[in-house]
Amino acid sequence: MKLLSFSLAGAALAAGLLAAPLASTAQTVKPSAEGIVVYNAQHASLTKAWADAFSKETGIKVTLRNGSDTELGNQIVQEGKASPADVFLTENSPAMALVDTAGLFAPLDAATLAEVPANFRPAHGRWTGIAARSTVFVYNKAKLTPEQLPKSMLDLATPAWKGRWAASPSGADFQAIVSALLELKGEAATAAWLKAMKENATPYKGNGTVLKAVNAGQIEGGIIYHYYYYGDQAKTGENSNNAQLHYFRNQDPGAFVSISGGGVLASSKHQPEAQAFVKWIAGKGGQDILKTGDAYEYAVGTGVASNPKLVPLAELQAPKVQPSKLNSKKVSDLMTQAGLL
Amino acid sequence: MTALPLEAGAAVRLTPAARSGWRLSWVAGAALVVSLLALLPLGFVLWVGVQTGWDTASALIFRPRVGELLVNTALLVVLTVPLCAVLAVALAWLTERSDLPGARTWAWLLVAPLAVPAFVHSYAWMTVAPGLHGLPAGVMVSVIAYFPFLYLPVAAALRRLDPGMEDSAASLGLGPWAVFFRVVLPQLRLAVCGGSLLVGLHLLAEYGLYVMIRFDTFTTAIVDQFQSTYNGPAANMLSGVLVVCCFALLGLEAAARGKERYARVGSGAARMPFKRQLGELSGPCLLLPALLCVLALGVPLVTLARWLWAGGASVWRFDEIGPSLFQTLGLAAAGAVLTTVAAVPMAWLSIRSPGRLQRVLEACNYMVGSLPGVVVALALVTVTVRLPIYQTAITVLLAYLLMFLPRALISLRAGIAQAPVELEQAARSLGRTPAQALWAITMRLAAPSAAAGAALVGLGITNELTATLMLAPNGTRTLATSFWAYSSEIDYAAAAPYALIMVLLSLPMTWLLYQQSRRTAGR
Repeated sequence: MKLLSFSLAGAALAAGLLAAPLASTAQTVKPSAEGIVVYNAQHASLTKAWADAFSKETGIKVTLRNGSDTELGNQIVQEGKASPADVFLTENSPAMALVDTAGLFAPLDAATLAEVPANFRPAHGRWTGIAARSTVFVYNKAKLTPEQLPKSMLDLATPAWKGRWAASPSGADFQAIVSALLELKGEAATAAWLKAMKENATPYKGNGTVLKAVNAGQIEGGIIYHYYYYGDQAKTGENSNNAQLHYFRNQDPGAFVSISGGGVLASSKHQPEAQAFVKWIAGKGGQDILKTGDAYEYAVGTGVASNPKLVPLAELQAPKVQPSKLNSKKVSDLMTQAGLL
Repeated sequence: MTALPLEAGAAVRLTPAARSGWRLSWVAGAALVVSLLALLPLGFVLWVGVQTGWDTASALIFRPRVGELLVNTALLVVLTVPLCAVLAVALAWLTERSDLPGARTWAWLLVAPLAVPAFVHSYAWMTVAPGLHGLPAGVMVSVIAYFPFLYLPVAAALRRLDPGMEDSAASLGLGPWAVFFRVVLPQLRLAVCGGSLLVGLHLLAEYGLYVMIRFDTFTTAIVDQFQSTYNGPAANMLSGVLVVCCFALLGLEAAARGKERYARVGSGAARMPFKRQLGELSGPCLLLPALLCVLALGVPLVTLARWLWAGGASVWRFDEIGPSLFQTLGLAAAGAVLTTVAAVPMAWLSIRSPGRLQRVLEACNYMVGSLPGVVVALALVTVTVRLPIYQTAITVLLAYLLMFLPRALISLRAGIAQAPVELEQAARSLGRTPAQALWAITMRLAAPSAAAGAALVGLGITNELTATLMLAPNGTRTLATSFWAYSSEIDYAAAAPYALIMVLLSLPMTWLLYQQSRRTAGR
């Protein structure tokens, strides 16, 4: 008994401190033995709908790790070949470019690429667009009339807009818009715009929060993506009934249409399952969920229409930006320099 | 963290026999291992600082944004802590020293807000007043969420004070107010300092509360940086500055605590203090605790009820809530056991074999407990990213261990201090080895305190957000992270069931905390 109780105390400690790493090895070697691990930066609810439907159809289990675009993108880069991720899904393309530049994506099956028109995916075929979202200026109907709206997103940098607009600078969405601005107007102009933004804009956490603030009249307008408005309208409208969307159009940086990406990691030990998942999302199954579900993002699949409530993609007059060229690292550096992060 | 309101502080006189030959035993070894582990995040911050190089580091630290954050964070602490202290002293006096109607009930109600996680407080306030933001909102919600951390120790200290000194002062001609300010208040210094430190450290570490009411502190900015770059130098430099802030608070508290003696001299028992008659003032005096209860309990409960009502049956998605609850309980139980076990050697050493080395080791444990979860998590992300324990429950548990070790340590210390060393010596003289004696005698006697410590750790884990978000294994959804995911999508109705369950889980542990604080006062 004495020996037993002694060894119990010792074992308890050892179990906690020493044997722990050993026990965990067994856990990590095959975290996805029965399915695939998806690093998901898309909206959790949308990807969950995708994953549930895919699992139901194929019997392949999908485990999600939710995070933000750049967080998960950088995480994959740091994990390198040891990454437990099989598939990476983002809201925007800069994080896809980040992982691709590190050489970590496997080429997608030709059949997957065939599901998406060439303008919604990079030519190299190492990842593909799975959905799209449009930049908008959301404004409070009681505070701004259509004539008072900014003609271009660049107008928001003028002193006239000081203290009158909002955005969510820490979000991947806004950072993607900045990366488009960087690609379209260059580093100096972007840095200057960000500096003005630090002066003029009120920072919120999350696009939904910006919408809520605009709706409540706490601020006149804000830069967000279109579907927050439609999503809220479809529910109670509590956060959007006083708000209206303004599309910049005219190839303005503020008319940027951001492409959500999906790719398979080269290090994935479940290539067939991972490829099947991306193909399923880009194909009819996944795109139909965009068309009929409550995500209100644009569908990008060949021959798939988007939700009829949305302004059609073709009418948005988005600027031409190569999604594979968007640079998240440079953007977060510029935003850090501007004091926004 | 040095001042959870549970400290018993009973002194144990040590015989030379108890000291000799023990220092390098396995107990000391284990304590050393745990303490070194506890130093990991600190070492990491230093290492990253050196790695980054002075040029990059200084460019990242000495920039306007860091200045802004420093001003925000400092103002938050400077405004919130004194407000909490004044409130706590006033309320403690009312519930302990006056004939306030229903004083016992108020005493419990004033501790109950601790069962509501801080980010649920701000969720409630965002519902009631959506326009709330910035420093005033930050201070208000912080006071409401954290004042019980000061109320608990101050009330306990007030209960324990020897009224004889007040009698003497009064007999020497001091009026009631003068007695309070010159005799009572100075004796509350330790409790106020300790509680203030605890509140201050919570302010530095809190994430969810301030994100929701749009107030940037170092912690929120570090998470922003983390989400923009995973573990870029900017996030690590910010966490370096945050560590310096924590140490500044620790130093400030140590200086404010002073070295005066507060104990009674001589034997005998203090008589029960007389309750001061409030008379016609009891009406106005009732307003203070009542108002605070409305703000700290009424607002969250009414908000939860409102969202649950609005969401109807459809927000009770048990297929999601069930696994969240299960994972939370699993992590909390495993973390509580692990942390308590890891705290045993250090707690035992610090009571039975105090010395300079032990004190240094113990200080390591407390110091790391004062670091915000975001700093610990960031360190663990970088350290484990290439190790097999990366993204497993082990890493999260390790983070919990580091963050909540002081809670277990303080409880255990109190328990071990109350276990007579003579029993242990008797066991040894009957042939037990030191470890056997510790296990069979002392630990059995200290078991209630160990359980209390474990419960405190479990409570911390149940409501922990940042470290869990950053470190959890793939597929993990705890109650806190599920609540956070829904409330960030402004789906307040879907978030409500998670908040309610977190509150219900925390209630018994809060009750325990309350009971414990009364017991240490011996009444």
